[in-house]
Amino acid sequence: MITVRVNNISKKYSQNKTEVLALDKISFDVNQGELFAVIGPDGAGKTSLFRILTSLILAEEGIATVDGFDVITQYKEIRKRIGYMPGKFSLYQDLTVEENLNFFASIFHTSIEENYDLIKDIYDQIAPFKDRRAGKLSGGMKQKLALSCALIHRPSILFLDEPTTGVDAISRKEFWEMLKRLKQQGITILVSTPYMDEASLCDRVALLQKGKILSIDTPENIMSQFKNKLWAIKSEEMYPLLLALRSNAFIEQSYPFGEYHHVLTNNEKELALFAQNYNAELKIVDPTIEDCFIALMQNHVNL
Amino acid sequence: METEKVIIVKDLTKSFGDFIGTNAITFDVHKGEIFGFLGANGAGKTTAMRMLCGLSRPSSGEASVAGYDVYKYPEEIKRNIGYMSQKFSLYEDLTVKENIRFYSGIYGLNKSQIHEKTSSLLDQLHLLNEKDSLVKSLPLGWKQKLAFSIAIVHNPAIVFLDEPTGGVDPITRREFWEMIYQASANGTTVFVTTHYMDEAEYCNRVSIMVDGKIEALDTPSNLKRYHNAKTMDDVFLILARKAQRQADQ
Repeated sequence: MITVRVNNISKKYSQNKTEVLALDKISFDVNQGELFAVIGPDGAGKTSLFRILTSLILAEEGIATVDGFDVITQYKEIRKRIGYMPGKFSLYQDLTVEENLNFFASIFHTSIEENYDLIKDIYDQIAPFKDRRAGKLSGGMKQKLALSCALIHRPSILFLDEPTTGVDAISRKEFWEMLKRLKQQGITILVSTPYMDEASLCDRVALLQKGKILSIDTPENIMSQFKNKLWAIKSEEMYPLLLALRSNAFIEQSYPFGEYHHVLTNNEKELALFAQNYNAELKIVDPTIEDCFIALMQNHVNL
Repeated sequence: METEKVIIVKDLTKSFGDFIGTNAITFDVHKGEIFGFLGANGAGKTTAMRMLCGLSRPSSGEASVAGYDVYKYPEEIKRNIGYMSQKFSLYEDLTVKENIRFYSGIYGLNKSQIHEKTSSLLDQLHLLNEKDSLVKSLPLGWKQKLAFSIAIVHNPAIVFLDEPTGGVDPITRREFWEMIYQASANGTTVFVTTHYMDEAEYCNRVSIMVDGKIEALDTPSNLKRYHNAKTMDDVFLILARKAQRQADQ
């Protein structure tokens, strides 16, 4: 069953008399119970897309439905059914943790008690600070409170706009574990992120760049579409190695990637010789989502 | 031969009442080194960095930055370092050219130096056509590259980078790191924080702070070997999971 349907959606902004196309004829579906990520850098159009689907702004073109309801004509129905966590912390800073949660529960004609089982896992972690003002919480705690508030009316779909941006590696891991548990409760989750490595934690991902979808599939399928052989090379001095790689015609592309440089070549023998001369370790590696994103951004390989 | 040390820190501590933000940290950073300063949110990184930048007076311990003592010469330190953060680095309502001129002036470059720097930077960054555009109209990646160039416009001994690549696309992120490599090759010391663990691999050495203390400090390959971990991400998780204090307690 399709929970979110996006069909040919475009969104423009005018900035200093020039028009910026934030979303350029985007189409995709999200199935019920799916954990779906929109992955892309700042300015890719992630927030615009989420605001359209949550009925906060209007698209110039295209149709979108959420839970079967049109985002323009039936927005009231949609607002009852969704939970939305914007990228910027938007709770009441001057209310306490508990007051914020109570406020959102009462807006949706429910109570904390009624849906406590859904948020227990998350709220328990901030319950010791329930009398603290939201504005005085740390980033990680604010995030947990915002997620609790977005869940308190038991929504069928959750929209999370960059919940892990600027968050350290550990809190990011914990956050994704929470999402997995929510998914098990049957909630459809749309999440956006600039972190490519989070793709592997999702059922399907859409790679978004400059308002266009570069690819949309399961992480495994996206990675398997990377047709070229990808090499990884490493030596003592990494920056001189990178410059040396670039000065050779048989290197199609080379870029730093963790402790190695990733390399695409049109001549494997030359590359092997090069590695020998530089006393460098050379091996074939599986591409990651980030390699795919880079390739798609440049249209360098058939993907 | 001992390489020149540009940051020397010994038992550096900062307390806020009962709370010890940075707890007796000790380390050195060498000239031209790319030094990764990692830690979970709330581990004490910002507190430590503020002391090293001459913005906050330590409670106890010793530190010298670019040859200047942090207690006695904080103003000298500010003149001899560059600083850039993800949040604020440039004036959005000034043009590209105006930002370069403004910061060059602040850092005491004279008229002809400013003129020279402006044209060389615009050229290097391929921003000639954008020189009269407001900074706010630039894509984030361009902004960050410009901000980095401006942070080192006065050839500082050390540049401090606080999460410089957050949200930037993967290609620009790498271009940014190549600028860091270049600065380091030119002898500028780079002190950088990041949440991208692959970027920790690009550093010569990495320190990991947990609960206000430096829990580990070594090259990425030594850290991985020692902790029997495949990636820096794993090393980070092993160390930072030990944290007792919450970011907000």
